[in-house]
Amino acid sequence: MDAISLIVKSIFVDNMIFAYFLGMCSFLAVSKSVKTAVGLGIAVTFVLVLTLPINYLLENYILKPGALSWLGEEFAEVDLSVFSLIIFIAVIASFTQLVEMAVERFSPSLYHSLGIFLPLIAVNCAILGGSLFMQQREFPNIGTATAYAFGSGIGWMMAIVGMAAIREKLEYSDVPKPLKGLGITFIITSLMAIGFMSFSGINI
Amino acid sequence: MALSSKTKAVLLGPLNKNNPILVQVLGICSSLAVTSKLEPAIVMAIAVTIVTAFGNVIISLLRKTIPNRIRIIVQLVVVASLVTIVSEILKAYAYDVNKQLSVFVGLIVTNCILMGRLEAFALGNGPWASFLDGIGNGLGYGWILVVLGFFRELLGSGTLMGYKVIPQSFYDAGYLNNGLMILPPMALLLIACLIWIHRAKNKDLQETTN
Repeated sequence: MDAISLIVKSIFVDNMIFAYFLGMCSFLAVSKSVKTAVGLGIAVTFVLVLTLPINYLLENYILKPGALSWLGEEFAEVDLSVFSLIIFIAVIASFTQLVEMAVERFSPSLYHSLGIFLPLIAVNCAILGGSLFMQQREFPNIGTATAYAFGSGIGWMMAIVGMAAIREKLEYSDVPKPLKGLGITFIITSLMAIGFMSFSGINI
Repeated sequence: MALSSKTKAVLLGPLNKNNPILVQVLGICSSLAVTSKLEPAIVMAIAVTIVTAFGNVIISLLRKTIPNRIRIIVQLVVVASLVTIVSEILKAYAYDVNKQLSVFVGLIVTNCILMGRLEAFALGNGPWASFLDGIGNGLGYGWILVVLGFFRELLGSGTLMGYKVIPQSFYDAGYLNNGLMILPPMALLLIACLIWIHRAKNKDLQETTN
C-alpha cells in the first residue's frame, strides 16, 4: 500500500518537472512531436528504474556513514558520502550507454529521432535528481526506492507527452513574434505547472 | 590588459546574444529552482561560474587524450569531482545556504551548461580561451539568476537578501505579498517574460515556427 501511494504521489504531487524542474533541458528540446516524446519518456523511466535501486544499495551498504559496518567493527566509523556524486553519476552514465546500445539495436528509427538526446539522458537532471532525493529522503527499503523511481519516471513521461501534444496543436496558432518557439513553451509549462499545483497538499 | 576582439566575443557573447539560458536553452532546471530568494541565487551563480570555468580548463587540457567514445563519462567524472569540492566548501562556510539549495548543488553536475560548453567549446579550444568561455557563460547564467531572484524575492516576500525593503506603511495601506511569486510556475513565467524582452530587442533571434 505504501508503494502505491508513493507512486501516485511522485507522479502527481512531486512531479519531477512541475514541482522540481528536473530534466527541463530535454523536456523543452524534445517535446516537438508526441512520438519522440513517448520514446524519450520510456527511456528515462527505464534508466531511472534501473539506476535508482543500484544507487540505493551503494548508498546504504558502502557510502553512508557507518554503512561499511558489515565488513567488521573497524569500518563502522568510515564515512564515504563525499564520493556519492561521483559514484552515482558513474552508474547513471554507464547505464545510459547500455540503453543507447539497446535502442540502437532494436529500434534504429527511434535512435535517429532521439539523436543527441539519448546520450544526454546521462546528464538529465531528473535521473541524478532521483538518486539525490533518494539519498535525502532515506527510504526504508529498496522496494520503496524502486517505486519512487517508477513514479517519477512516469510523471516525467506524462509531462513531456502532454507538452508535445499541446505543441503539435500550437502550430496553427498565432503567437506574438518574440514569443515564438521558446517563449510560448515556457508559458505553457508554467500554466501546466499551475494546474499541477492543485494536487499539492493532498495526503495519500 | 587589452583583449583582442575574439577573446572579447568569447567572454561577453554569452552575456547577451549567446546567453546560455535565453538563447542556448541550457541550465534551465537550476535557474528555476533556486531563485525563490536572492541569496541562494547568487551563491548558485558563483558556484556554477567556478565549476564551468575550471571544468572547461581541465577538459581543454585533456582534450587530445580522451577517447571519443567515452568522453561523456570522463567529462562527468571531472565535473563531479569539481562539484564535490564546491559542495564541501559550501557545507563548511555557508551551511544555511547549502541547506536551502539542497540537492541542487549536486545537480550542478548535470547542469546542461557544463556539458554543453564542454562539448561545444572546450573540446576544440585551448585552455585560456576555454577558461574565458566558462567565465562568460557562468556570468551569462548568473545575471539571469540574479534578476529572477531579485524579482521573486521582492514581490514574493517583500525582502531582499533577508532584509525588509517594502515599508510597513505599504502593508498598512493594504499591500500584500504575491505568494504566487515564490511558487515554481512563476519562475517559468518570468523567464518567458525575459525571453520576450530579449527577443523583442534582438530581432535576429526570433524563431519562425512555434
